[in-house]
Amino acid sequence: MKPRPFRLLDAIRWGVYGGIAVTLIALIGMVHAFSKKGIVADRIMMSHVLVFGLIVAVAYLTSTRALATKRRLAVPAGIVAGSIVALFPALLGLLITQINLRAVFLNASPELADLLLPGEENNILSALQLVLLGSAFGLAVGLLALVPARLRRSLVSAGVGVILLGLLQAVFVVIIPDSWRQFLYKANGLSPNGAIALFIALSILDYGWLRGRPLTQQRIAQLPARQRRALRMVVTLVMLGLLAILPQLLGPFLSEVADTIGIYIIMGMGLNIVVGFAGLLDLGYVAFFAIGAYTMAVLTTPELPVVRNVIPQLNFWEALPFALLISFISGVLLGIPVLKTRGDYLAIITLGFGEIIRLLVLSDALKPILGGAQGITGVARPRIGEITAVNPQQFFYPILVGILIAWFITARLKISRLGRSWMAIREDEDVAAAMGINLVGYKLMAFATGATLAGLGGALFGSKLGSMVPASFNVLVSINVLALLIVGGMGSLPGVIVGAIALIGLPELLREFSEFRWWVYGIVLVAMMIFKPEGLWPEATRLRELHEAEAFAPVETAEETETAAVPA
Amino acid sequence: MTQNHNHILVAHKVSKRFGGLQALTDLDIAVAFHAIHSVIGPNGAGKTTFFNCITGFYKPEEGEILFRGQPIQGMPPDRVAGLGIARTYQNIRLFANVTVLENVLVGMHRRLHTGWFGAVLRTPAARREERNAVKEAMELLRFVELADKADYIAKNLPYGEQRRLEIARALAGKPDLLLLDEPTAGMNPKETEDTMALIQRLREDMGITILLIEHDMRVVMNISDIITVLDFGKKIAEGDPLAIRTNPQVIEAYLGRGAAAGRDYGAKTTAAVEG
Repeated sequence: MKPRPFRLLDAIRWGVYGGIAVTLIALIGMVHAFSKKGIVADRIMMSHVLVFGLIVAVAYLTSTRALATKRRLAVPAGIVAGSIVALFPALLGLLITQINLRAVFLNASPELADLLLPGEENNILSALQLVLLGSAFGLAVGLLALVPARLRRSLVSAGVGVILLGLLQAVFVVIIPDSWRQFLYKANGLSPNGAIALFIALSILDYGWLRGRPLTQQRIAQLPARQRRALRMVVTLVMLGLLAILPQLLGPFLSEVADTIGIYIIMGMGLNIVVGFAGLLDLGYVAFFAIGAYTMAVLTTPELPVVRNVIPQLNFWEALPFALLISFISGVLLGIPVLKTRGDYLAIITLGFGEIIRLLVLSDALKPILGGAQGITGVARPRIGEITAVNPQQFFYPILVGILIAWFITARLKISRLGRSWMAIREDEDVAAAMGINLVGYKLMAFATGATLAGLGGALFGSKLGSMVPASFNVLVSINVLALLIVGGMGSLPGVIVGAIALIGLPELLREFSEFRWWVYGIVLVAMMIFKPEGLWPEATRLRELHEAEAFAPVETAEETETAAVPA
Repeated sequence: MTQNHNHILVAHKVSKRFGGLQALTDLDIAVAFHAIHSVIGPNGAGKTTFFNCITGFYKPEEGEILFRGQPIQGMPPDRVAGLGIARTYQNIRLFANVTVLENVLVGMHRRLHTGWFGAVLRTPAARREERNAVKEAMELLRFVELADKADYIAKNLPYGEQRRLEIARALAGKPDLLLLDEPTAGMNPKETEDTMALIQRLREDMGITILLIEHDMRVVMNISDIITVLDFGKKIAEGDPLAIRTNPQVIEAYLGRGAAAGRDYGAKTTAAVEG
């Protein structure tokens, strides 16, 4: 079917959508909240990025749509869309200066008008200025859409990169050397020169990467197997070396964030087997996380006299195997009755199971054993030789080892007979059974492996905090882990890491906007599902499922897919 | 039963109901070793239901199905497959999003043994098994002339090749009995010709017994040793192609009562079903 040719009316429609979005984020106070955070010091604030980012995004979407069916409309479409999006905040600004809307919209303050409208005074002229600015951005974007795709991608990536570098100033000032910091950053945001230099550097780097990558890959592929293996070994060692010094680079606060990300990566690896490989939707994954954490806590705490009378107090290493074993057993026990059900039923049952576990640890009846609502304190920490991991920087290492083990196991399982059987179950249960695959048995293996990894994550989590309360084990944890898989890319191992950094790390780093955390979270998920359903770092199979038309003929063999770098 | 010595599969008085619908009634079919045995009948006659009863997807209410003398009715599908019964589907059901090779490797499942620890530790035994499996899968793909497309995504293959891949996947389990559900449906005459040759080679070269559902009478009459005709879930006739071709009951089932009175039955049956 041939798509309907693009009309300017479409640009107007998209402009209106964008305009409504801008109005909405202004009225809920996001623009105001973000106006304090500088991206480029004193010139471009986060609020600018938000408003103009939306203008640019809408204009870009419209231009590329026009480009697909009616090339000559690409630039006009950008201009129209850009100015219409800008028209909305302009009108809103004017409206606020004339009428007091605060009875209904708390955030529609005079300051908001100041923020929205450029110039000193808030009048028709400044509103016009804003619309013109919008159309100028639209023009720029329309022209950008005409630029060859590769260069365009590099420019867009560089722009996004600069914004991220400004936004995550707190992270980067800690990591980079002092001399760089003085050049790149000011008190609130990047320095103007730094921003320009970064933009140019990032564009060149990205462009070079895009051009050079296929060639390098080709060259690597031509190397004899032995050299290729050696190269892979060197790369792995360098990465491990970098990871080993990471806590020192990051400092205490960022190490704390890294630890949290790491625990979610371990859980993500586990759930990836269940949902990504075998296609079993488990919404109660937090249960196994809680079981791992509580096993660790109950076995190692000096409190809980009832338990201590029966079981001696263990240290971290003695308790860890039990934590894993009990998570594994509970995975099997839950799995046996549940895994005969399909799809939706499985999701509901696991959801219920997650709640049951939370309510059990919260209950007064089990308080002598599980600590009740007050939780348990004095959980043991891992100790090697003379060193006990107490602070987040030290705790990074046990978590890192956990991630490496989880990665190793999942990567090996994925390309084995088990991985293939899970794939078959995910694709077509009936046919999988007709191939002789014991559905319950293989689902159980996926479920139990996932549960054990969640238990590992839980044990590390409990030990890292040193204490735990039932509130840490609510359904949001399950949702978070599932969402990070979706954002990273179902079934993809690097995707788990990317997803965890994006969904767990970023909100931790951007605490100042925590008010809007869940709102943005929802928007990101919806946007991902519409524009990039395969995730940020997709798995090859999933990519093909979702983009049938582009999926074309030969792909690399399983071995190569395993180690291949990011698809463009 | 006495037939067991000559027959790989025996269905005895098999009945299957869906609510009020009687899909199969007291069906008796005996499939001889190394036979190409066809099951034909008008739409809704219960042919695919019979396949599903054999492979364990349906549990017949009455009767028994013996595979090499062992009762298999009501056995779960994976165990039936494990005994050496493989099948293909009327509407092709490949693992569409993975490679051709991976499809065949999944088909090999029942003959491989690597478990959780073998896979994670990649023991020498697991590695050897995997290497051999790939080698064998490639041989199978050569057999169905798909070796050069091993790395293609299954859903990108043309229709005829998807059918062949489905057969290769079924063969990968080294079955003794292969159930083919309309293997030539939707094929052009050339592809049909090739598929017929392939089916005959399965019997001659690999010694596999074939149970076949087919609508194309040219195929059925050409390659079958014996044909069973179903109508409304009952067996109405059985015999070699010549006997079936001239059986008045068969012609009636296909053409209605009036036609049975006419002459030259064979030609009419063929024409009616092909058209």
